[in-house]
Amino acid sequence: MAGRKIYLDNNATTPCDPRVVEAMVPYFFEHHGNAASRNHPFGWEAEEAVDYAREQIAKLLDADEKEIIFTSGATESDNLAIKGVYEMYSRKGNHIITVKTEHKAVLDTCNKLEKHGAEVTYLDVKYDGMIDLAELEAAIKPNTIMVAVMWANNETGVIQPMKEIGAICEKHGVLFFSDATQAVGKIKTHPREVGVHLMAFTGHKMYGPKGVGALYVSRKNPRVKVTAQMDGGGHERGMRSGTLNVPGIVGFGKAAEIAMNEMEQDAARLSKLRDKLEKGFQELEEIYINGNVNSRMPHVTNISFKHVEGEGLMMTFNQEIALSSGSACTSASLEPSYVLVALGLGDDLAHSSLRFSLGRFTSEDDVNYAIEAVKKGVNHMRDLSPIWEMYKEGVDLSKIEWAAH
Amino acid sequence: MAYSNKVIDHFHNPRNVGTLDKAKKNVGTGLVGAPECGDVMRLQIEVDEATGVIQDAKFKTFGCGSAIASSSLATEWLKGKSVDDALKIDNMDIVEELALPPVKIHCSVLAEDAIKAAIADYKMKNGVAVEATATA
Repeated sequence: MAGRKIYLDNNATTPCDPRVVEAMVPYFFEHHGNAASRNHPFGWEAEEAVDYAREQIAKLLDADEKEIIFTSGATESDNLAIKGVYEMYSRKGNHIITVKTEHKAVLDTCNKLEKHGAEVTYLDVKYDGMIDLAELEAAIKPNTIMVAVMWANNETGVIQPMKEIGAICEKHGVLFFSDATQAVGKIKTHPREVGVHLMAFTGHKMYGPKGVGALYVSRKNPRVKVTAQMDGGGHERGMRSGTLNVPGIVGFGKAAEIAMNEMEQDAARLSKLRDKLEKGFQELEEIYINGNVNSRMPHVTNISFKHVEGEGLMMTFNQEIALSSGSACTSASLEPSYVLVALGLGDDLAHSSLRFSLGRFTSEDDVNYAIEAVKKGVNHMRDLSPIWEMYKEGVDLSKIEWAAH
Repeated sequence: MAYSNKVIDHFHNPRNVGTLDKAKKNVGTGLVGAPECGDVMRLQIEVDEATGVIQDAKFKTFGCGSAIASSSLATEWLKGKSVDDALKIDNMDIVEELALPPVKIHCSVLAEDAIKAAIADYKMKNGVAVEATATA
């Protein structure tokens, strides 16, 4: 099996679908124009291609094409939505509500705004990763301008109750922003249907290219405006200046079109493979699936293999299988995943977790191979683990006075 | 982050994995780290009472590749050393041998702590005065 490479890290990034690549190629040389060049065919062709992609993406979201603002990716979209709303609606208030399990692009943006006078509430999540709706509603105050809740979590795949959150926001007249990076193109994400007013997403998590993303901004009921964070030529209706990444946008559009046509069958196939993967580990003792298993993305599972350290475990098979760990042993902080800690997992279980995220190009063979390789790795690591040995001897690990370092 | 070949070798073929009988008087056990921190090392030495030389060393480690490699290497180095010489093993020797990157230096520190803890345990059992060192 030497040389075999299995990619189960699709939440980090997806491969670019060959059909997407094919659609992009002509826009590097043949049709290389600047979409903002209004007075020659090179510009017209580019503009036409961008318009078409905007339509393809709008269709996927059941939105109007004027509601799609192109950016460089989800991080920029998150920044534009949060900072842009904060500035635009500063007369209405300065309070933002978000959640502890959000992506850093949301959390760090909120942290930054706190330094500039914003008041931010960071909601806890329940043990299953879901927010408490009553807690959300209770947190809304007269000066609340926005609620920011991600559609699906990147680490656990947990899907938040979007419709219910939307209804609460509607009732209190606050804007609802969602980072839907992990959800768009994989499950139905129609912002208007659930009451989302701004929504961030990106190409490279849905089999499109890297370096291109978008922000959905509702144009009616309500008409939302954001203050531009990038100043310049006034592109994207003044909300995001900068020459449009035409090949990237063309690819993003194509990826949206493919997703629209294939999302359902992909999701059905992947949820079966995901379930198969989880079943494959059943014979191992002391494993725990993290997050709500009834409300999560079809292609994701996050599993803690108790008494095994995640990064070490990955090293047993990382020449062949790519995935992610909730252990932060590679970073200087030594802190395990804040998302899993927010779910109430002890640091020990958070250090022991692996995230498997399957994708369009994952085969059943890949999953079978991964089950065997991971099982073998877990057994290898447990043979090496002193705390596994103690656990097997019946030692109560919580009673040991560990010399924390 | 790429691991050095030596780390990879120790990780896939760890030396001296196992458990010595901690009830024996000539066995010293060091257990350092904590599951919450993502690293726990247990290092044991068995000392020849006549000569004071470490005749066997075993480890088990919960942790990343560098933590496992550091403790595996430590057991290799311990065997055949006198207890006093073993105390001279410095974490930076491990860093150098395994080419550990800066973020992994704590793994070598933990291995040094484990050596010291095992020796302290052995000395305590045998009524030799020791300075206080980290033990679990």
